[in-house]
Amino acid sequence: MKFIKFLAVGFLFGIVLTKSEAVSWYRIFEMFRFESFHMYGIIGVAILTGFLSIQFFKKTAAKDIDGRSVSIPDKEIGSFRYWIGGLLFGLGWALVGACPGPIFIMIGAGIYPVIIILVGALLGTFIYGLLRDKLPH
Amino acid sequence: MNFITQTWSWYVSGFFIGVVMFLLIYFGKTFGMSSNLRALCSIAGADKYASFFKFDYKAQNWNLVVVLGAMIGGFVAVHFLSAPENVTLNPKTIQALTQLGFDAPNGKLAPNTMFGNNVFTNPKMLFILLFGGVLIGFGSRYAGGCTSGHAIQGLSNLQWQSLKAVIGFFVGGLLMVHFIFPLIF
Repeated sequence: MKFIKFLAVGFLFGIVLTKSEAVSWYRIFEMFRFESFHMYGIIGVAILTGFLSIQFFKKTAAKDIDGRSVSIPDKEIGSFRYWIGGLLFGLGWALVGACPGPIFIMIGAGIYPVIIILVGALLGTFIYGLLRDKLPH
Repeated sequence: MNFITQTWSWYVSGFFIGVVMFLLIYFGKTFGMSSNLRALCSIAGADKYASFFKFDYKAQNWNLVVVLGAMIGGFVAVHFLSAPENVTLNPKTIQALTQLGFDAPNGKLAPNTMFGNNVFTNPKMLFILLFGGVLIGFGSRYAGGCTSGHAIQGLSNLQWQSLKAVIGFFVGGLLMVHFIFPLIF
């Protein structure tokens, strides 16, 4: 039963990302060509709403559902990992028009060639795991 | 029902993505989709090959349930909440697509050129899908997050490290669409 709430949040996420068309290869292409405000608006409002949410938890010291205080871990300090990892991710994001959330959502939506992207993404994650100690972070 | 089946506006969509993050934080978790790729690797036995995959992936089960819910959401949205006029692009974008040899949306989320079932017999497209996936998987783990973890949660939590990653995402995306697309399509 404790997983029902996560299933519901995921369901909302899948509906919103599909109905906003943020899962669409076309929207990502259009975004990187600066030919629509749509995706920038989505990301901007999501960040604003997220910022207000986090401030709410910080300012009111509101507890989570289990009564524990909320803390979001800071991202560790780094440079190569963010610039180079980010760059590689961006190349893939624009090439196949999907990031990790939408990969799963589009498979659910029945666009089966996306399964190949998922296989690639698992392979890429595995390669990172193998090389992690040799990479500059 | 028109307000459901039409393309949702950026402000409604962005707000609900923020709500998804709020709920996950309220449930004692964080917002990050690419972490699931690591958990799936561990479940598939990658922990035998690299210590990176030796972690308590069962503690990530909740996130896999989020993904399962998202897949059901995608199914419901496409099959019951869509309309033929969805994915209305800028006419300039359609023109650029035609030049690259891509079909226009006409209500579809993804072009047949890359996502039609005939790509399963097209080695070039299969390679592109696989390679794109490798870049996404490798890049998100190297950068420690993807669009959800860095662009949404990281930036809304004012993380400088996330800003570096997001700048990287956009530089990579711009290079791909403006310089590499004309070479490969």
